Amino acid sequence: MITVSVNNESKDCSSSQSLSELLSQWGFESGKVAVAVNEDFVPRSKYDSCRLKNGDKVDVLAPVQGG
Amino acid sequence: MSSPIKDTWILYGETFHSRLLIGSALYPSPAVMSDAIHESGADIVTVSLRRQSPEQGGGDNFWRQLKKLNKTMLPNTAGCHSVKEAVTLAQMSRELFETDWLKLEVVGDDYNLQPDPIATIDAAAQLVKLGFKVFPYCTDDLVVCQRLRDVGCQVLMPWGSPIGTGRGLMNPYNLQTIRERIPDIPLIVDAGIGKPSHAVQALELGYDGILLNTAIAQAGNPVMMASAFRHAVDAGRRAALAGAVAERQTASPSTPTLGMPFWHQS
Repeated sequence: MITVSVNNESKDCSSSQSLSELLSQWGFESGKVAVAVNEDFVPRSKYDSCRLKNGDKVDVLAPVQGG
Repeated sequence: MSSPIKDTWILYGETFHSRLLIGSALYPSPAVMSDAIHESGADIVTVSLRRQSPEQGGGDNFWRQLKKLNKTMLPNTAGCHSVKEAVTLAQMSRELFETDWLKLEVVGDDYNLQPDPIATIDAAAQLVKLGFKVFPYCTDDLVVCQRLRDVGCQVLMPWGSPIGTGRGLMNPYNLQTIRERIPDIPLIVDAGIGKPSHAVQALELGYDGILLNTAIAQAGNPVMMASAFRHAVDAGRRAALAGAVAERQTASPSTPTLGMPFWHQS
């Protein structure tokens, strides 16, 4: 079990789970968000192969209003 | 009565009619946002990305509403303070909004949200190499604008004044100098526009367009103000095309002096 930060919220998960599985588990729909891990962009095509490490900082972003 | 002028302009190979770019933030409600954007006549709408929890709908409601407007979307990197943050957020925006257009913002000072010129140029250079079509938000500094053009930006967006201040064009001389020295690519005054008269002034200076958000979104009646800005941009553009008279130091009568009554040679 590892602990990661998702949008500044601590979450426990298994290191064997893919990012794709984790996003789904956390309630995000992968087509409607964009993801960065430790401030590096992770393209959607890499979600299945991406595995998180203990202490990783994950940002899951969605469209909002902007100026 | 004359209809809106039919001239168009080109941004990164795409042709547009409206010279007003509008933000999607700060409106009193989503419905007012849609109505104001529609009334403004803008073709291009700025958007952004932020953390959203699934319970909040993950941004889906806003996304669906935005798509209904059928506008060209220009994602921004608002709030980024470093090249790294801006480049990462740009890549996330490109994937989610499915566009390589990007309004690049790298803040250098939080007090007045002044763009960091050095980081903006560095980030722009990296993003151009990554295939982005960069719209850099920058200060009204001629050399910064020239450097941004040199690294591959085909549109420049110097500020009128700091974001949200509504102070208009703080330094028309600087903006005019940028226009004169960079005549060959589109220039957009971005930020600080508060009133339609500021928009007219920007277009009269020869700027190709303006980008604003707060002036419409926070107006007493955003939809009516959107209409006012639509007409202001049209008026400013007509004035630029028509050519204003040169300023003079001394008065010059407009009524004919020939045939003036009550005058007799003594």
